[in-house]
Amino acid sequence: MNIIVCIKQVPETAEIRIDEKTNTLVREGVPAIINPFDTYALEEGIRIREKCGGGVTVLTMGPPQAEQALREAIAMGVDSGVLLSDKAFAGSDTLATSYALSRAIRQMGRFDLVICGKQAIDGDTAQVGPGIAEMLGIPFIAYVRKIEEIREGYIRAERLMETGYQIIEMSLPSLITVVKEINEPRLPSLRGMLKAKKTNISVWDVEKLGGDTGRFGLDGSPTQVIRIFTPEPRKGGEILQGAVEEQVAALIERLKETKLV
Amino acid sequence: MGIKVITEKCTGCELCIKSCPYGAIEVVEKIAVIGDNCNLCGACVEACPKGAILITREKSQRKIPEGYSGVWVFAEQWDGEVAPVVYELLGEGKKLADKLGAELSAVLLGETIEQSAHELISHGADTVYLVEGPALKDFNDDPYTQVLAELILEYKPEIVLCGATSVGRSFMPKVATRLKTGLTADCTGLEIEEKRKLLLQTRPAFGGNIMATIICPENRPQMATVRHKVMAQAKRDETHRGKIIRKNFDGKLTSRTKILKEVQEREETANLAEADIIVSGGRGLGEAKKFGLIREFARELGAAVGASRATVDAGWIPYSHQVGQTGKTVKPKIYIACGISGAIQHLIGMQSSDIIVAINKDPDAPIFKVATYGIVGDLFEVIPEFISRIQKGHL
Repeated sequence: MNIIVCIKQVPETAEIRIDEKTNTLVREGVPAIINPFDTYALEEGIRIREKCGGGVTVLTMGPPQAEQALREAIAMGVDSGVLLSDKAFAGSDTLATSYALSRAIRQMGRFDLVICGKQAIDGDTAQVGPGIAEMLGIPFIAYVRKIEEIREGYIRAERLMETGYQIIEMSLPSLITVVKEINEPRLPSLRGMLKAKKTNISVWDVEKLGGDTGRFGLDGSPTQVIRIFTPEPRKGGEILQGAVEEQVAALIERLKETKLV
Repeated sequence: MGIKVITEKCTGCELCIKSCPYGAIEVVEKIAVIGDNCNLCGACVEACPKGAILITREKSQRKIPEGYSGVWVFAEQWDGEVAPVVYELLGEGKKLADKLGAELSAVLLGETIEQSAHELISHGADTVYLVEGPALKDFNDDPYTQVLAELILEYKPEIVLCGATSVGRSFMPKVATRLKTGLTADCTGLEIEEKRKLLLQTRPAFGGNIMATIICPENRPQMATVRHKVMAQAKRDETHRGKIIRKNFDGKLTSRTKILKEVQEREETANLAEADIIVSGGRGLGEAKKFGLIREFARELGAAVGASRATVDAGWIPYSHQVGQTGKTVKPKIYIACGISGAIQHLIGMQSSDIIVAINKDPDAPIFKVATYGIVGDLFEVIPEFISRIQKGHL
């Protein structure tokens, strides 16, 4: 089974702090990591290969340093990596990103399954997975929390919804996005890390992808960010004092005043 | 196309470095230099006090497509019942439509759901596009994508809104991709810009650490998914009149995905995205069975049950309850965190709640930094006391 896992290198959002004086992001020293949801996608790809045979290719788009994310994926057990990197890709919104990734997947030849994380923790859009599926013209299931069965030409999976789940089947080739519940990602092995050092990462530019040059990067992005601002930071409030009875009574009074209960 | 620093204007003040979410800027010899990992997000342009950073685009050849008008709301339904977020979208959509001098419409797909169409009209829809058929009974990506995309191509709305639910975030990206237009995910603010009458779509990014306002200037429709519980619901007005336009897709719908089974896992409590009150439990509970206390507390308050990542990873409660970066982002009116220390990954998922109550033994727990009301104490004493007061009718 040929599996392609799409990942994104993101800043570790949890490490971002707000400078309370200037109300701006403090970005210095924040490490770049593989988007956490994508680690579940990588793990699932590796597990399917272990069961069904075949190969797993990891694909990302980003600046040259995103190569590091691909090497980390290879250290986990992925076979090969492709980096889409070109100044022409800068400023891509989700539509232009989906276009570039779908062009790259077409170039890779025959594949059975594309796996993406549910969303990235920097943009939180969850739009690129379904966007790629649409551009490739393949069926798609979002929020997969369990693959019940996968074999040549067939997959059956559970899709997590707000109030439960659905069991869905479709034919391959197709695309799924996965949630955290699906598995427990493995750590890189020593052998994997050695392999990651030696593996040659293919770097593809806009020319290699072909297609319509007007659909990449900023020019291929229908949406534009016109303003970025930092929300007012939330301030700590009142610590209710006294014995438990007094604390709870005070809390109930406060909640009543809000008229929300 | 690209970004450039006007060296004569740059003073090397480094404010742009601080503003850059990608860490892509350095100052070399008192001039800002923008590196390869720049994503052209524009944060530095905004931050530069000297106007020394410019993002330029190739002069667009595209014209705004003509003939698009009106605001559409996708009316998500489950078992024939319209999702609450739809009424919020109708409330907000009406404001946008009034500013544009345009109509407000809803799109309703399902099996036999005409009754709900009248409900949408009572909540402000001037027109309801109604498509019924067995293939549309439950949400399924392919037929829903096909119907909505075809309706949009035929009737050309200027704006299309949908709840940022599992459904909306699954199939709206496919609709937008098919129509080659922009889609802004998970918006918390919508406005109409005065000059060009564009939809200004504001949304959180980087885990809520920054807000971005996004436009879709040259493609139509302008599409957005909107977070629950942010917009006010439209008021019901039975005297409001509207028309129903029925469309028939019989025999035209195909699906490559087949839904074999639907399983409701809803506990007695409401779902997290829709709940007005959420009671969440953390590691402070000590063990799985202590979640019973959280459930009881939630039941008494009519609240949904949330959980920290630590408790989900320990297997105390299913993942669908997890609040935070790798779980759900919630915005209830009241969020009660019990025995949750408040790691940043958790705060990202709940810090926009209207009121946050924290109950924790540790007075230095970071959760108190965002709590509207804090109780430093043992949750096993505080919660039973609270429950007994509710039962006595104190709340």
